Amino acid sequence: MSNIPPKLQYTKTHEWIRKDQEFLTIGITDHAQTMLGDLVYVELPEIETSLDSGQECAVVESVKAAADIYCPVPGEVVEINDAVIENPQLINQDPYGKGWLIRVRPHEQAPSELLNADEYSRVVASEAH
Amino acid sequence: MAKRTPFYDLHLKAHARIVDFAGWDMPLHYGSQLNEHHQVRQHAGMFDVSHMGVVDVQGAESSAYLRRLLANDVHRLTAGKALYTCMLNEQGGVIDDLIVYKLAEDQYRIVINAGTREKDIAWMRMQAEAFDITLTEHHDLSILAIQGPEIKNKIATLFPADKTEIIHPLKPFHFASFNDCFIARTGYTGEDGYEMIFPAKDAAKWWNACLAADITPCGLGARDTLRLEAGLNLYGSDMDESVTPLESNLAWTVILEPKERIFIGRPALEKQSAEGVKRRLVGLVLDGPGVIRNHQKVIIAGDGEGEVTSGGYSPTLEKSIALARVPADIGSHCFVEIRNKQIAAQVIKPPFVRHGKKVF
Repeated sequence: MSNIPPKLQYTKTHEWIRKDQEFLTIGITDHAQTMLGDLVYVELPEIETSLDSGQECAVVESVKAAADIYCPVPGEVVEINDAVIENPQLINQDPYGKGWLIRVRPHEQAPSELLNADEYSRVVASEAH
Repeated sequence: MAKRTPFYDLHLKAHARIVDFAGWDMPLHYGSQLNEHHQVRQHAGMFDVSHMGVVDVQGAESSAYLRRLLANDVHRLTAGKALYTCMLNEQGGVIDDLIVYKLAEDQYRIVINAGTREKDIAWMRMQAEAFDITLTEHHDLSILAIQGPEIKNKIATLFPADKTEIIHPLKPFHFASFNDCFIARTGYTGEDGYEMIFPAKDAAKWWNACLAADITPCGLGARDTLRLEAGLNLYGSDMDESVTPLESNLAWTVILEPKERIFIGRPALEKQSAEGVKRRLVGLVLDGPGVIRNHQKVIIAGDGEGEVTSGGYSPTLEKSIALARVPADIGSHCFVEIRNKQIAAQVIKPPFVRHGKKVF
């Protein structure tokens, strides 16, 4: 069973979001990394890129497939995780920690359509069948 | 209900992630595809390939039948040797690629792909009508491929001394047949190794013996990255009935001498050859970042386009590689269209990796 920490928020497209003071840190969930398999390539946006809600902001590629990462809120990229570009397997090893992808300064409050851990586990469970 | 090989429960026990492959529940990986890939390049790995079909050909006209059916020539075989070949339709298109083993003078064994099994058997039966032979499809056998530079040293722990003495000197594409196990020095990884065929009831015995000999279970994921690095075609991706072996980097498997041997597809290949083969299958090595994927477009400056037939990541080279079908006169460089960007790539003749080393 995949790890879904209760304190984070989630999207239906398998991103996780953590509020760090005024910033939001974004990554992909444990379920997403399991489904993708070993990650081998990561493309992240430039710092200061302005993103719309739902805009494609990063690409992670595994031995098997490529997956687009969507920014769940409009905002500006303030930091990217260079370590995962060097070593994409950090996402497999520690998806909620060392495997984070980008940090954004949101232009507005986080939208209400983000899922809590319970809601996200139901998304994962429904995909398993 | 998906089909399962005799190893299915052992895969689950080894924590396999199971996926559907051609209607079979097969292991994709057992935790890390990359680790499994490196195990085979550096040490020893095993693959359940029991989903593949085993067909025996028997009878006085076995050789004549196979010399008509297959583009490579079994006339070159003596008992105990095998060869790789395509089975073609009348248009020269590839129905399947397979290995044929000569068991005895009038007896052969053929191993065919899982995805083409039914269609192959139907074709083989149809072509068999004109010959005095019997075709027997086995449903009671398992196939285990054991591959990697350390495999040869592990044979002595898997087999008793008398059999080890027979297996050790086997050259590539030679095999030995014992009462309980058929073992050939063949594989699909670009490493040294063997493929073993034995009764399904012995699956657990062999699997556990291999585990005890420190041979790592490897899934279809690693099998695919290993074969791609080795420049070996995957049926259904790199070739199918719409292309000929001449367009698939397999001209070496088509034997045109003697001229009197009219195998199925020969007239079509001769015509294509005379008119000039316009497309060929080449290897690509991506210069820039990114991963090449199947069906991406290959762009050759001033010379048209091609298509990626197998794209992926090479764990050994740590960059993206691919097989692609391109205009025959392609030069040494091209571009691949990856996610709306054109990324430069080098054109090479496969393989990319052989015995753990870069070879282009």
